[in-house]
Amino acid sequence: MNSQSIREKSSPLLFLLPSLLIMAFILLVPILMGLRLSFFEWLLRNVSQKPIFIGLRNYIELIKSENFRTSVTVTIRFVLSVVIIEIVVGLVLALLLESGLKGLRFFRTLFVLPIMVAPVVVGVMWRFMYNPSYGKFNYFITSLGFEPVGWLSNPDIALTSVIIADVWQWTPFVFLLALAALQGVPKDLSDAAVVDGANYMQKLLRVKLPYIASILGVTAILRLIDAFRSLVVIFNLTYGGPGVSTEVMSLHLYKSAFVSQRLGLASAIAVLLLMLIVMLSLALIISNLKNKEN
Amino acid sequence: MSLLTMKGRKNLATVLRYLFIIIFALVALFPIYEMVTTSLKNEVDAFTIPPKWIFQPTLSNYKAVLFEGKFFTYFANSIIVAITATVVSVAAGALGAYSLARFRFTGKKLVVLGTLLMRMVPPVILVVPIFLLYSRLGITNARMSLALVYIALNLPFNIWVLRTFIMEVPKELEESAHIDGCSHMMTFRKIVLPLIAPGISVASIFTFRISWNEFILSLVLTNRNTRTLPVAVSLFLTDTGTEWGKITAIATIIAIPAFIFTFTAAKSLIMGLTAGAVKG
Repeated sequence: MNSQSIREKSSPLLFLLPSLLIMAFILLVPILMGLRLSFFEWLLRNVSQKPIFIGLRNYIELIKSENFRTSVTVTIRFVLSVVIIEIVVGLVLALLLESGLKGLRFFRTLFVLPIMVAPVVVGVMWRFMYNPSYGKFNYFITSLGFEPVGWLSNPDIALTSVIIADVWQWTPFVFLLALAALQGVPKDLSDAAVVDGANYMQKLLRVKLPYIASILGVTAILRLIDAFRSLVVIFNLTYGGPGVSTEVMSLHLYKSAFVSQRLGLASAIAVLLLMLIVMLSLALIISNLKNKEN
Repeated sequence: MSLLTMKGRKNLATVLRYLFIIIFALVALFPIYEMVTTSLKNEVDAFTIPPKWIFQPTLSNYKAVLFEGKFFTYFANSIIVAITATVVSVAAGALGAYSLARFRFTGKKLVVLGTLLMRMVPPVILVVPIFLLYSRLGITNARMSLALVYIALNLPFNIWVLRTFIMEVPKELEESAHIDGCSHMMTFRKIVLPLIAPGISVASIFTFRISWNEFILSLVLTNRNTRTLPVAVSLFLTDTGTEWGKITAIATIIAIPAFIFTFTAAKSLIMGLTAGAVKG
């Protein structure tokens, strides 16, 4: 009996132990290592030497650094553009296709495809389509009589090209979530609105949008987090260029570590990026909890 | 307006909606179509302007990719790493999820919150510290070391998805098993696991997808013998900028699991994608 109750008490931990160990060793410890390293100067090429403690100097350098500030601006422009466009387009599509369309399930399946494609592959295909001499985009544009566009070579346009690729891949995600949310609107609720004489716009603004607002909010935060994390498509599409016109924070981090070889400085960027993402994640968790209560 | 009857207007609306969804589908599919067809064109057809929409497909790019260089090594690396990561991460995640769904213990809330936060950690943040950690332990450039990172990266999602599935299993089933003398482990294996099979497939597909697609950690943590396909294709891109036939062929091969999952398991995929917002 006694051994039984010991086993009862120890089983929650035993079941959880493998996960806890792996997450502690591979996620938590590296994050703490990175935090510590952000206060040190340490060069990748002299990795055998001891890191030198320099206090907050990495952070001060970042604040003063033109390239870092550019990467923050680029990140914010990228993130806000993709999230706003994806939410608006995804929602409009979901509203248009929400009900009574035969074959909707087939199309819904098709729209999953871009989400599933590897970011590296997305980078490859868009780089091919943006190619100045044999890419399809410039072919379409010039056959319509317009001037060819330097999709990836013009620093004023490259970020837009990156945004287009992200919108292509992730609008279907917003669409799927908005569709699921709309299909969850209780039918008697919208029927009642029709009986009361509401037209489509009134029904949309008074019944549907308020009902799905919470899910849309969560979707927006999920996309925000993902957009701040995104790196691989940009890495393979422009590698931050031309110049630093598409160098987002995550790519700046990578280059600081493996091109400039400054591990401490890169870790300071990692800490800032992580803080941003933790704040967004907490916002996500809180709004999810609120949704559950309602 | 008065020219059209109610029914006529409704029909028109349906036609417009179909037109709309077809345009949307074409936009979603065009880049993929472009990649696949380029991989099936010969050098001349791939680059002619105006483009050749109808062409004689050839497998020459695939032959070149498969039989030159180290494609099979990279392919095997990708498969081994992704499958190992999937099996271990889903197994550990299921056990952890069971613990969080069924037991009460101190610190549980902290574990749940920590897991949710861990799920959002960008891989790029781990690149430097894990590279240093692995170098110190002397385990860089090993496939299993890369798999270990993927196991960890996917664990939070797996725990969290499987937990919602386990919470939907009626507790009475497990209680009667306990009365019959089953241990927790036996109850978990014999009763819970079969009932959460859909959740296991969601978790497996997502873990496989992330591990198969992952790029930045693989780039830093592997060498020319252990590198995975996404890194291989990316190196192709910078080394030989003009060999689009071969590049699109490898890219298409990388995308094959995505095609398979989309057309055989769309329901699980949509469940996993929407789980974050619609449920739980």
